[in-house]
Amino acid sequence: MRFDLSVIAGWIEPGARVLDLGCGAGTLLDHLVRERAVRGTGVEHDEVRASAAIAKGLSVIHGDIFEEIADYPDGAFDYVILSQTLQQVYEPDRLIAEMLRVGRRGVVSFPNFAVWYNRLMFLLLGRAPVSRELPYEWYDTPNIRVIPIKDFRRFCRAKRFAIEREVTITTHHHEERGRVVALLPNLRASYGIYLLSRG
Amino acid sequence: MSEYEVESLSGGSAGRVEKRFVTLGDPEPLGLECGRSLGPFTLAYETWGDLSPARDNCVLICHALTGDSHAAGYYSEEDRKPGWWDIMIGPGKPIDTTKYFVVCSNVIGGCMGSTGPSSLNPATGAPWAMDFPVVTMGDMVKAQKLLLDHLGVSRLLAVVGGSVGGMQVLEWAVRYPGMVAAAIPLATTCEHSALAIAFNEVARQAIMADPAWNGGNYYGAALPEYGLAVARMVGHVTYLSDEAMRKKFGRSLQDRCGLSYRFEPEFQVESYLRHQGRKFVERFDANAFLYMTKAADYFSLQQAWGDGSLVNAFARAACRFLVVSFTSDWLYPTYQSKAMVQAMKKNGLDVSFCEITADLGHDAFLLPSARLNSLVGNFLAVTQARERGAPPVSWTAPGADAAREDAHAL
Repeated sequence: MRFDLSVIAGWIEPGARVLDLGCGAGTLLDHLVRERAVRGTGVEHDEVRASAAIAKGLSVIHGDIFEEIADYPDGAFDYVILSQTLQQVYEPDRLIAEMLRVGRRGVVSFPNFAVWYNRLMFLLLGRAPVSRELPYEWYDTPNIRVIPIKDFRRFCRAKRFAIEREVTITTHHHEERGRVVALLPNLRASYGIYLLSRG
Repeated sequence: MSEYEVESLSGGSAGRVEKRFVTLGDPEPLGLECGRSLGPFTLAYETWGDLSPARDNCVLICHALTGDSHAAGYYSEEDRKPGWWDIMIGPGKPIDTTKYFVVCSNVIGGCMGSTGPSSLNPATGAPWAMDFPVVTMGDMVKAQKLLLDHLGVSRLLAVVGGSVGGMQVLEWAVRYPGMVAAAIPLATTCEHSALAIAFNEVARQAIMADPAWNGGNYYGAALPEYGLAVARMVGHVTYLSDEAMRKKFGRSLQDRCGLSYRFEPEFQVESYLRHQGRKFVERFDANAFLYMTKAADYFSLQQAWGDGSLVNAFARAACRFLVVSFTSDWLYPTYQSKAMVQAMKKNGLDVSFCEITADLGHDAFLLPSARLNSLVGNFLAVTQARERGAPPVSWTAPGADAAREDAHAL
């Protein structure tokens, strides 16, 4: 499993109720169900990935995360996960507020746009950064936002989302291995992973 | 439900099957929603596979508006066509008859072997015709429950059905929550919309306006063939889609090069509908069509079980759900499936939902789809593993390859 996902998995206690927004084909959710016996639900907008996740035996709703999250009662989950999806979300503040309405805690992860090689590419080549974490050209990217770790922290302060945990990492070897970056994460980390609460 | 001749994507034939009949509602008749009662009555049913010693592998199939108990396999060697869902049911197929004991019965009020308006009324010795009590989805499901009691099945691994069959699936999940481990409602709705009622009413009026209908008393005389054929033509339009008809027929003419400037069937779509109408008349009873469409129109899970609230209605349910809709279904559009999913979510029920891209309209649930196969096959396998407390196993279509999967996604 990808290193960023195993970091998230390490935060979820066994038996928790988990909602995974943008769960894809269900890699993380499947791991959590099997290894941590969580009661998991996923939401995925892509038909192929949603049906693949359902075929794994997961409970997954094929649909839009904003529409689907609205149906859940307050406090329906212990954790609501938004893994590598924030950069594609139209109204991130409204979504995170919704995550913290239906869940006790929110887990948010995203690729750090301000990592040094992105900066170099822009500074030296004058081109929009393309990296392993953000492998798209300007004309085919599904990502509508660029998120530096520093800006995400400012955003959480402004919107009064409490950061309970922050782990910044770099990954290598097909992203399955990696390490925690404690020093200068906004410059050196390729991903930021956050545990949020209502504050 | 239309008739298609299609090839299965995987698995083998369920083989020979026999239509059986059981007399139920005797001595205690079945109390109906309309206030009347029915009994003794007959249910026609078929089964595939074997009931496990623990009696925990029964999958009940619910048929659609004009379907019957013949869901899979062949009655005889001479049979040209297998049952209506043969692509889904059989050894190695998603509803795997080597693993599950599969049961399908004809609904009461129908005309394919179960008691309905064309059956003899024991009180008069003549066909019931319009004296037959109006039956509802709830009544049909109660009759199916009596059949399962008769078969010694007290818990269903799953109830599966599309369209009107999907309504029975939903009714099962809410009426008998303790009996159902999983429910798979396909291309269906929790209540008939005004649009769906409207089409049914046009179809009923076509039958009732046929002079041969004669207030329903046509048995032993000329049948209301014209009215029933027109009713079927209306139904057929609702089972297809703009896209499906454009691709299948366009404006092509049938057996001619130019317009005739006369009122005879010229366009291919006209001759297709007439053909479907004619074929239908040979196998279906006009009064049964009236009763079946009425039952569909009356169906409202929220009215029957939730005082108008779908969330309240699903508060009774306890099973896992797999809800599937199809993009081009305009009879029971996706928003209606989403409404049931929403109510299930609000009740904390275990639900999965997928909207499958399909251009063939409402009938897509009857047609080969690697995606639908994978969803249904795996959902059943996982449900069985959970019920038996075993580690999850996955279902893979024998010989299914990725290319075919992709072809179907388009």
